[in-house]
Order: sequence, then structure tokens, then C-alpha cells
Amino acid sequence: MPPALAIYAPIFPEIFLALAAMALLMYGVFGGDRESEVPGWLAVLILAATGALVLMQAPGAVQLFDGAVIVDDFARFMKLLILGGSGFALILSFDYLRDAKILKFEFPVIALLSTVGMMLMASANNLISLYMALELQSLALYVLCAFRRDSVLSAEAGLKYFVLGALSSGLLLYGCSLVYGFTGTMSFAGIASVLQTSGSNIGLVFGLVFILCGVAFKLSAVPFHMWTPDVYQGAPTPVTAFLAAAPKVAAFAMLIRLVEDAFPAVATDWKQIVIAVSVGSMLLGAFAAIGQTNIKRLMAYSSIGHVGYALVGIAAGTPEGVKGVMIYLAIYVVMTLGTFACILAMRRKGGHVEDIAELSGLSRHQPMLAFMLAMLLFSMAGIPPLAGFFAKYFVFTAAIQAGLFWLAVLGVLTSVVSTFYYLAIISKMYFQEPAANFEPMPGKLRFVLAVTGVITLFLFIPINLLVTAAEAAARSLF
Amino acid sequence: MSIATAFFYIFAVVTIASAIMVITVRNPVHAVLFLILAFFNAAGLFVLLGAEFIAMILVIVYVGAVAVLFLFVVMMLDVDFAELRAGYAKYLPVGGLIGAILLAELLLVVSAWTIAPESALRIGERIPGDVTNAEAIGRVLYTRYVYFFELSGLVLLVAMIGAIVLTLRHREGVKRQNIGDQVARDRTAIEIKKVETGRGI
Repeated sequence: MPPALAIYAPIFPEIFLALAAMALLMYGVFGGDRESEVPGWLAVLILAATGALVLMQAPGAVQLFDGAVIVDDFARFMKLLILGGSGFALILSFDYLRDAKILKFEFPVIALLSTVGMMLMASANNLISLYMALELQSLALYVLCAFRRDSVLSAEAGLKYFVLGALSSGLLLYGCSLVYGFTGTMSFAGIASVLQTSGSNIGLVFGLVFILCGVAFKLSAVPFHMWTPDVYQGAPTPVTAFLAAAPKVAAFAMLIRLVEDAFPAVATDWKQIVIAVSVGSMLLGAFAAIGQTNIKRLMAYSSIGHVGYALVGIAAGTPEGVKGVMIYLAIYVVMTLGTFACILAMRRKGGHVEDIAELSGLSRHQPMLAFMLAMLLFSMAGIPPLAGFFAKYFVFTAAIQAGLFWLAVLGVLTSVVSTFYYLAIISKMYFQEPAANFEPMPGKLRFVLAVTGVITLFLFIPINLLVTAAEAAARSLF
Repeated sequence: MSIATAFFYIFAVVTIASAIMVITVRNPVHAVLFLILAFFNAAGLFVLLGAEFIAMILVIVYVGAVAVLFLFVVMMLDVDFAELRAGYAKYLPVGGLIGAILLAELLLVVSAWTIAPESALRIGERIPGDVTNAEAIGRVLYTRYVYFFELSGLVLLVAMIGAIVLTLRHREGVKRQNIGDQVARDRTAIEIKKVETGRGI
């Protein structure tokens, strides 16, 4: 390798992913067969290869392009999560896309480009690179939401997400311009050093608030959550699975780096906002989900709640808190993908069904599927010894160590409330008269469900590995 | 009065006049044409400022693409402007009141506006005289800012794929012209029949 290129080695995974996505696009355009699973499987392979490239990198932090991009242990941890989330979501997509007659090669291509955006979000170290990576990711997601273009719901989801997403990008950009105006620099380190010497002022706090509003929208945190249920419900189910997993990780990675690297000097200001958003999300996630009859809408409210719990870790503002968030995200991605594998298995002769009532008596027909779904839902509720318990345990202990007792107590109370609606589904599956049976579960869904189920069930044995990795990654930020 | 000043006044007056025409003419097609005139004169103002690159971009992007797009939209949508204007008098008092409040607030804000003295320090360096705009941008665009440049390329690629995948429909049974096939056709593909006069086929 020529030495001039070697300095770009830290972002080889992203370059590889982007080039591979373009090659896949060419393959799709000129490769002939329009309805084929080959591009999708190639995309999964590409994601796996990118993951291998990320794993092969030496530890330590490197900055590139005048500090616009930083690659450190934190970024690598998040990138692996993102790649895993995208890859498994793609594996979930094939059968649904075939049933809906939208098995096109563009789907994996757009998903790969969106993943490039997410990985660059995790590495963004300057306001412009943050914004542009975010736009790359979001633009691809808008298209994916509207991918089933003959369905009114899907088109509505795409349009709603696009319009509100554009609005939130505007807020974020406005905030960025205010912060740039008041500090005179775009780089996170520069902003931090200006704030260190000159202190905070009202204009800068305005900018910070706008940026956090934009990020809260991308996270679907209260009070910027309104789009979530409609988009989750309207988007094709594999897209919902994609949307619920990897982009959340990327948005959290971006938020953590932003507040910890650029705004540590005004921590009291952003902590108030993060706490308020977190409390709102936890409460809404717990109460609004109770009345839902559509399982995808329920998952939307559940994800709002999970975002609230994860934000508790950021509100702590300590390395412990960041570690907690990272563990939370890793477990959340696994649980979400597993649950969506179950939702995608709700399939009858006439097509996919989404009503929770359709799950009645599932344990009679498909005891294994019912057990797995029940286990995943228990895990989401945070029942030990399942993985979801550890997720909540680490963020709440970090909050307690940071003196936020009431926030941790509120988190525990809202998880108790959320247990109610998870249990309602489980009782439907086990104690109600059976509805008609579903079609047998396709092999790909079985595979994803098996992997995520085993991780959720047995994570308590190797939990230390995850904790050590998250601890090392979190330390690179402080 | 120097020539530059004279041109400034010409461009400025035409820009403002055509901008007013854009929102007052009744025919929307005329409005878009006045918008194009406004863009051209704004480009002239940029040339006077020495920002010839922005002037070119303004003409190419705004006149060449955006205004033409507007023109197509206006022609295809067939908006009934008479209907939109209905109730104009009814809403005038409330609308006028809100407008007046907004104007008063803006005046208050602008009158209290001060520019921090240290902001002068943060203005970027001027381009050296012997380098043109386009060259100066080119020097940093593909070197220092290559990351942002490539990233925007990816964003545009996604936009392009998205637009195609969401709107392109392959219709069955539509006959398309295939020039290769036409040219490659030999004499055996057609049959010439002699029809005798007065007989018919």
C-alpha cells in the first residue's frame, strides 16, 4: 500500500463499504435478474467483511481530515453494533420483500449506504461531518420507509418521516450555525476549548438546545416522538426492524460524542435537557403502549421507552454512564431484532398480520416461537437473568453513582408499568383460545431468532466480556 | 459616478423590481420568468462583488435547474389562483395585524443589534488577488475538504437511487424504439407485394 493511502487506513471500513455498495448497485443494474436474493446476501457478506475490517484495526484514537473524523475504541464498538444490526435486519428482510413483491436490488444498496452514514455518525468529530453523515443515513431511511410504494401506509410513513426529518435537520443545522457563530469553530475539540476559556453564554445555549432537539428527533425521544408510531406501523416490517436497531445506535453514538467531547464545560445545561427528555420518554413509553392493538405501534412506544432508559446513562455524564448506555444499546439491538423476527413470523395465507390479538393461543400451535417471544418480551421488561435486566442495571447504577437517585427510581417504576403490556401479550399467547395458526417460520427468521434468543437468554454467563469491552470503549471518550 | 456604481444601481433596481413583480403578477408563469430575471441580476451583483464563482453557480443552479423546475411545476399543477385569492379581504385585518406586530418586533430587534468587535477577528482571510474564485475553491475542495465533498456525493447518490426506485415503473406491453434493432433489420423482414391497379388487395 502506498504510504499516502496508509494514513486513511482508519476509515478503510467505511470506504470499503461505500465502494462495495456502489459495486453492488452496478451488479444490480447490469446483473440481469431483477427479483433475486443474491444482492441481499452479497450485502450481508459486505457488512460482515466491513465488520472484520473494523475488528482488525489497532486500538487507539486517530483523527483524519483536519479532525473532521475520529476513529477510536468508542467509534469501533458502536460501528460493530451498527454493522450487526444492519446485517441481521437485512437477513430478516428477504421473505417479507418477496411476499410484498418488492424484492429489488435497491433495497440492500440503500441499506448499505445508510449504514455508511451511521458509521460516519459514530466517527463524526466536527459539526459539518456530523450533519452530513446524519443526512446520508436519514435520506436513505426515508426511501426505505416508502419502499412499498403501492401501499398507502408505507407512502404515508415515508412522507411523514421525510417532512418531519427535514424539519429536525433544519433545527439541528440552525443549532450548529449558532454554536459556530458563538465559538468560531466547527470542531468538537475547538468548541470545548473555547467554552473552557470563555464560559457559556445564552446564545450558545440556544444553539445547544436546537442541536439536542434535532438529535432527540432522530432518537424518537419525547417530545419529538410523534412520527415514531406512524412510521413504525406504516413502513414495511423489515424496514421497521432496521429503523429500530442500527440508526438508534448511531444517533446515540453521535449524541454521546457531541455532549462529552464538545460540551463538557456546559454539562449542567445539557444534563437538564437530557434528563427532561429521558423522563418524558420513559413515562410515555410505559403508559402510551398500554392501549395499542397493533404490535408494530407497540414496538414503537416500547422503543421510545428504551431510548428514555438509555438516556438515563447519558444524564449521569460519567464514564460509568456511557458504559451503561453502550451495554444498553448492544442488548437493545439484540432484543429488538429478535422480537421483529417473531413479528415477521406472523404470517398467514393472506399475508402478514400485525394485530396483537392474532397472537392468541400461539403456545398451542408453535410452542417454541411463543416461548422465544415471551422470553424476549420478559427481557425487554427487564426481568433477571435475561439480558434486558443487565441493560437497565448498568444505566441505573450509573445514575445512582452520579447522584440521580430519583431518575433511577423513576426508571424502575416505569419499567414496572411497561411490564404490564409485555405481560398482556404473553398472557394472550399462553392463556387464550388459539386463533388460526401461522404459516411455518422461514429458515432465515429462525436463524435470527435463534441467535438473538440465545444471546438474550445466556448473556448473563459472558456478561463480563461485554462490560469490559464497553468500559474500554467508554474510557476513550474521557 | 463610476461605471461599477452605475451597474450596481441598474442590477439592484432591476432585482428589486422583478422580485416585486414575482409576487404581484397574476399569471404564475410570468412570475417564474420574473424570478429568473431577478436571479440574473443578483448574479450581476455578485460579479460586482468579485465573487464570480457564486455568480456562475447562481445562474447555472438557480436559473438552469431550480427556475426551470418551478416553471414545469407551475405549468403542470394548474393552480387556480382566483380561488386562492378568494377571501382575501376577509383575512386582511387579521393578517395585517399579525404582519404589523411582526414588523414592529423585527424593528425592535434590528435597532438593538450590535456587532461584537471581536467578530472582526473571526472573518476568514481574503483570497490573494492573483487567484480566481473558482481556483481558490478548487484548491481546498479536493484537498482539505475532500471528505465533505465525497460525503455529499454519496448523499446525492442516495437521492438519485431513491428517486428512481420510488417513481420508476416498468410497464408491461409498452413498445419502445430500439434503434439497434431498426438499423440491423435486413430486407427479408419486409415483403413487397405488387398490387395491380384497380384490383385492390
